[in-house]
Amino acid sequence: MADDTPANMRPERSFQGLILALQRYWADRGCVILQPYDMEVGAGTFHPATTLRALGPKPWKAAYVQPSRRPKDGRYGENPNRLQHYYQLQVILKPSPDDLQELYLQSLYAIGIDPKLHDIRFVEDDWESPTLGAWGLGWECWCDGMEVSQFTYFQQVAGIECAPVSGELTYGLERLAMYVQGVENVFDLNFNGREGGEKVTYGDVFLQAEQEYSRHNFEYADTDMLFKQFRMAESACNAYLQAGWAQDDGSGRGRGRHMMALPAYDQCIKASHVFNLLDARGVISVTERQSYILRVRELAKACGQAWLATEGGGTSK
Amino acid sequence: MPDLLLELFSEEIPARMQTRAADDLRKAVTDRLVDAGLAYDGARAFVTPRRLALAVQGVPARQPDIREEKKGPRVGAPDSAIAGFLKAAGLKSIGEAKVQPDKKGDFYVATIEKPGRAAIDVIGEILAEVIETFPWPKSMRWGEQSKDAGALNWVRPLHSMIATFGPETEEPDIVPLSVGGIAAGNETRGHRFLSPAPFTVRRLTDYTQKLDKAKVVLDAQRRRDIIHTEARQLAFAQGLELIEDDDLLAEVAGLVEWPVVLMGSFAEQFLRIPEEVIRATIRNNQKCFVLRDAAHAKLVNKFILVSNIEAADGGKAIVAGNERVIRARLSDAKFFYETDLKTRLEDRLPKFKDIVFHEKLGSQWDRIERIERLVGELAPLVDANVEKAKRAARLCKADLLTEVVGEFPELQGTMGRYYAEEQGEDEAVAHAIEDHYKPKGPDDLVPSDPVSIAVALADKLVLLTGFWFHNEKPKGSGDPFALRRAALGVIRLVVQNQIKLPLRDWFGKGLSAYLGAEIFGDDARARDLLSFVVDRLKVQLREQGARHDLVDAVFALEGQDDLLLIVRRVEALGKFLDTEDGKNLLAGTKRAANIIRIEEKKDGRQYTGAPDATLYRQDEEKALAKAIDAAKSEAARAVGNENFEAAMRAMAKLRPHVDAFFDKVTVNVEDKALRENRLKLLNEIRAATRAVADFSKIEG
Repeated sequence: MADDTPANMRPERSFQGLILALQRYWADRGCVILQPYDMEVGAGTFHPATTLRALGPKPWKAAYVQPSRRPKDGRYGENPNRLQHYYQLQVILKPSPDDLQELYLQSLYAIGIDPKLHDIRFVEDDWESPTLGAWGLGWECWCDGMEVSQFTYFQQVAGIECAPVSGELTYGLERLAMYVQGVENVFDLNFNGREGGEKVTYGDVFLQAEQEYSRHNFEYADTDMLFKQFRMAESACNAYLQAGWAQDDGSGRGRGRHMMALPAYDQCIKASHVFNLLDARGVISVTERQSYILRVRELAKACGQAWLATEGGGTSK
Repeated sequence: MPDLLLELFSEEIPARMQTRAADDLRKAVTDRLVDAGLAYDGARAFVTPRRLALAVQGVPARQPDIREEKKGPRVGAPDSAIAGFLKAAGLKSIGEAKVQPDKKGDFYVATIEKPGRAAIDVIGEILAEVIETFPWPKSMRWGEQSKDAGALNWVRPLHSMIATFGPETEEPDIVPLSVGGIAAGNETRGHRFLSPAPFTVRRLTDYTQKLDKAKVVLDAQRRRDIIHTEARQLAFAQGLELIEDDDLLAEVAGLVEWPVVLMGSFAEQFLRIPEEVIRATIRNNQKCFVLRDAAHAKLVNKFILVSNIEAADGGKAIVAGNERVIRARLSDAKFFYETDLKTRLEDRLPKFKDIVFHEKLGSQWDRIERIERLVGELAPLVDANVEKAKRAARLCKADLLTEVVGEFPELQGTMGRYYAEEQGEDEAVAHAIEDHYKPKGPDDLVPSDPVSIAVALADKLVLLTGFWFHNEKPKGSGDPFALRRAALGVIRLVVQNQIKLPLRDWFGKGLSAYLGAEIFGDDARARDLLSFVVDRLKVQLREQGARHDLVDAVFALEGQDDLLLIVRRVEALGKFLDTEDGKNLLAGTKRAANIIRIEEKKDGRQYTGAPDATLYRQDEEKALAKAIDAAKSEAARAVGNENFEAAMRAMAKLRPHVDAFFDKVTVNVEDKALRENRLKLLNEIRAATRAVADFSKIEG
């Protein structure tokens, strides 16, 4: 860290300082710094800037923070580590650069983790998202026994081979911050890096939300409504996909192109989140679970195919 | 003679794949060397998280020259044939070929000289092929080149290669090798953090020495030994014992290039959590070893971690970090455990009504009810207390809804036992909850307590009959509900505990639980399930070295559905067939069967039915008929008493009479009535042996 960083912005003192340091680091390496996607998602990977942009031949470098919802992980704010809503910092680099591991390690250095003092390890973790029809090979990155990031070389997304392959880094921001701040309880994290009366903790910001959403996710989420929402999202996704395939205007142009891959994909995201809520409510059995996952995957695959037929996916106008 | 050194330097190779990869590399390269005529003295492969290496000693510098003679057409053959021969043999004119005589005349013969190539060139080709086709369990593409169809696949991105070849006394050459855009050289790097600078190497000796200096222990076994020894010493110094864990040791040795063993601790209050939970938490999640008190064999609040660096502060930050993670993990586990204890197992059950076990088989609730119902009937049969068995059946799945099992599925059953004990259940009930999943595999222990046996059997019967009821059977390698394992479980439970269980009836009972109406053992589904289970029995016996054809021979008899009796009979039959009497009787029976088959085919009729005693002409016929009658009734009596050894002994008495009959009596005589009667008598031999087994199914 540069010495001129004000104390309240130092990554080891401030949650937001850590986020900004990482964003700065990746901005310096040519990434576009995006803002979070404005929908509920289970992980940063669902952001179209990763799922869809990983497909097709066009180079792409982006980094963004994504609030991630894991309804099942709610603990009513009573668990020092588990949250049903937390932040991921997602980096996607396409094609994966040859020095990606080195870049990653330097990013840790940038937030004050010295690899000469800490035990940093790449432990096998093959990543798979059954709902996205995606898989990749890579690792969990451990720092002194704690998983602080996921490191993946995407091989397939939405059932489509990645060509070229993207490298994806996902930082679990709360854990990383707890580590560098040296706190035991996520709610004790110093959010704004101030002290005394000016200090705002993670608990100040999120504890009430954790309590309320845990209640919602496990006890009160309206399952009838959610089942309906799932079906609605599924049929909307299919409808938009179908409508998006460009009609032949007689000139021969436009044919084979898709005009609505992104709105269709939003519905796929929606279905996925609704499924996660139903799962948290415990109303989906093991076998039904599989069939719901398959249904979302079918949507994701169709959206991926549609994306390839757009300009962003590499199809020229 | 020259030596080869190869190093494939990549990003971190998964620990579980390393050993196999080293073996595969050694075998793939050396097999090809031998095929190419390059016999070598020795080869050793090495693997660390970041490198896969191979050293081959004593490879010849050149392939041997090969001289081959190729026979061509006859002298004076048409021009086209000659031209073809010249082309194939690589000759300019027919004058270069020799002429050799043959029985049929003179022929052209070409001598083809294939000079051996320089080994280094051959090795370059071999290595490229091995690398491009390497059998990683999972491999990947990466980087810019990944968009090309022919891009190299490797386990993780490959960064550089060393490939040197040369005699010990000289500076070795670099093997001409380029794969996936990477050209082989003689440069590598040391430990990622402790010694990242590149350096060059010549051959294995300086390679290992320089790596050692660069903080890389190349040999996996040495890393293992270092970890094991240091871990034990650290433990010993504190009066503790390392809880040995070979799998974990191998895995951890595959996660570090420079093992540094450290000890950490956690708060004593966590020891109130069951040991299995602590161990699962620390082992599965953190890949650390747990320790016990040498004196009391109790888990202690210490753990061993293996770091990959010698840290500037002696490892303080690393230990502190690991302790913090383990503390967090254990407080998670403790929270789960304590939360679980707040709810009695039976109070969890209603939730099962909403959880579908399988779309056709209904909810988990339905499944538990079926198990409970069946266990009520089964318990008396295995001398189990009915009330306890039903209680255990009712509670046996309840821990699936607990937090701890949600977190560590492998603790299902174990946690059920803990929770049952905590809520004051009977000891037999608590143990049955834990043991009803057993045996989980061919090496797992088989429960022996009657209550456990009853629940374990009922669980498996309900599972099997449910899937058979809906005609959902395992296909090929697809067996997602582990029905084969369940069938094997039934077999082992029954045989090891010597339980007599007419399976077809029990399958009927199990099936009835699905239909809601009575289904009997002669139902086609029950029969089909029985043959599935018997197939498993055959597989199991074959794996134990027994003959599966004997199972067929026994199972072919009517009404065989008691596994214990089948197994006993197979054993007795096996022993009998090892005796002289057994072998000869088998031969005689087969001979009789063959004769009958041939004659029946010839005559287009069957020779069954009782022979006519008045038509016996020779003493041997009369003696055989008498012996058959005696053997039949004696064997039947013995079988009725389930004394299969005695039944076999009864059969043995037939043997001299069968032998004598074949010696002295001609079957195919002119007299038609006589011939028919003798064929019928032969058929009686076959019929008599069916008291113990269907000999026609026995091989040999």
